[in-house]
Amino acid sequence: MSTDALQTAIEAGEARQAAAAAVPAAPGRDKIVVRGFSASFGGAAVLRDVSLQVRSSERLAVIGPARSGKTTFLRSLNRLNDLTPGFSCRGQVLLDGQDVYGADCDVAALRRRIGMVYAVPVPLPWTIHENLSYGLRMAGMRRSGEIDARIEAALRSAFLWEEVKDRLKDLAARLSGGQQQRLCLARALALEPEVLVLDEPCSGLDPISTARIEEALGELKSRYSVVLVTNNTKQAARASDRTAFLLMGELVEIGPTQKLFTAPDDKRTNDYITGHFG
Amino acid sequence: MRLAPAHTQRLVVAGLWVLAAATVGVLMFIAAFILLRGLPQVTWQFLTDEPHRMGRAGGIFPIIVGTLLVTGLAVLVAAPVGVITAIYLTEYTREGRLTAIIRFGADCLAGIPSIIFGLFGFVFFVITLGMGLSALSGALTLSLMVLPTIIRTSEEAIRAVPASYREVSYGLGSTRWQMVTRVVLRSAMPGIGTGVVLAIGRSISETAAVMLTAGSALRLPRSLLDSSRTLALHFYTLSREGISMSNAYGTAAVLIVAILGINVTAYWLMRRFIGKMG
Repeated sequence: MSTDALQTAIEAGEARQAAAAAVPAAPGRDKIVVRGFSASFGGAAVLRDVSLQVRSSERLAVIGPARSGKTTFLRSLNRLNDLTPGFSCRGQVLLDGQDVYGADCDVAALRRRIGMVYAVPVPLPWTIHENLSYGLRMAGMRRSGEIDARIEAALRSAFLWEEVKDRLKDLAARLSGGQQQRLCLARALALEPEVLVLDEPCSGLDPISTARIEEALGELKSRYSVVLVTNNTKQAARASDRTAFLLMGELVEIGPTQKLFTAPDDKRTNDYITGHFG
Repeated sequence: MRLAPAHTQRLVVAGLWVLAAATVGVLMFIAAFILLRGLPQVTWQFLTDEPHRMGRAGGIFPIIVGTLLVTGLAVLVAAPVGVITAIYLTEYTREGRLTAIIRFGADCLAGIPSIIFGLFGFVFFVITLGMGLSALSGALTLSLMVLPTIIRTSEEAIRAVPASYREVSYGLGSTRWQMVTRVVLRSAMPGIGTGVVLAIGRSISETAAVMLTAGSALRLPRSLLDSSRTLALHFYTLSREGISMSNAYGTAAVLIVAILGINVTAYWLMRRFIGKMG
């Protein structure tokens, strides 16, 4: 077999695998299952016995007052808390049935499957293109044509392509705050994750930029499970299918967003959404 | 009597200006003094000829080669070791007793007079390891001497890279090594470069440590195990032993111009590097 034929065969194999991976899971199936999960930093409990599911192709909002454990919950999903000294946890986080805290979990691969967007946009101090290609190169992608195609798709999904297509070689820091946040969204999307987690992605943005991000999230829903932490109850109501309410590290209530915001089961949820505290 | 704030302000500005002018003035005076006396000696002949009659006549070509050999090798050894140590201290270990000891050791090394390094190099490299008075012994001794500078400046540069960059890199599925090499070192490179330039400056102008380890042969060094003389040592010998003051000034002028050249080139390279990466 010539090397070219071999290459073609390998590519065909890769394409088949990619096609298999791209088949969307049946709606309603559990993508992430969190079971009895507790977390603490240096002995101080931040999450207590949290259990919930994130279904495939759903947008789950996590709301709650400051210091209720929302961010810790999010960062537990892709094990970013591991980087913080003093972090320890109990319980399980299952991604497609596999324990992410298991000994055999490849953490780098896990973080590629769970894309993350932070509260403050942090573009790396490089060009727009380099910001987007970085994760792909880390994952072993080499062919620049392939990388560029991924980058364009990611930028289109984040509604940023039209604004930056002629200036991919510009420094990412030159973009406006809202554009930077969409760049960070695109950067996560370029890796084609299965779950997208966002930590108050619009907290520092103006209403127009916020609208663009929410618009992007709406389009992405069909392809990803989305977990959105937000302090903005209106945003939760607009941009999610189900909502979980965290208070002091405990999961108070989880349910369809419509129901949770109109007829919550728990009095504490009612107090929070009607603005009695927090 | 109290001065009005405006007067105090003017007084302080004047004082600072005088002090700054004095500092720069002394530097300019020294440089001008040596260049005025030395530059007339520096001819093509002086740069390319061998010294005759112990340096009374002839040029300094073997000494230029010896300087490049000793300084270049010293930095080639010290820079990787220093940068890797700094990476270990900042990225691969948690603060504790071991890091405190390493850091304390580096600071102590930095404060040791160079003649002590010379004695150590003489006993260890020249005698015990049998390298003799050679460019290699001199370079290794100098590399130990400049190691603390490189470790500490690299460490500071690495520490100055925002923690959020590291987090973003991990979040995009990079391993620790990928994060360190592609994100941290890239951002810290200008600071590390400054440390290396300082190290070059210190090595090239060192006399005591070199005299005891590299020897002071006037022949052109044919190998790393040949004794070789550096510019600073040649200047010292010519003037101290009253051999030829005019050739001593000529050598000093070459040394000053070389140091200036190295600094300008290094900063130019760094600026280019920063410009490229943003």
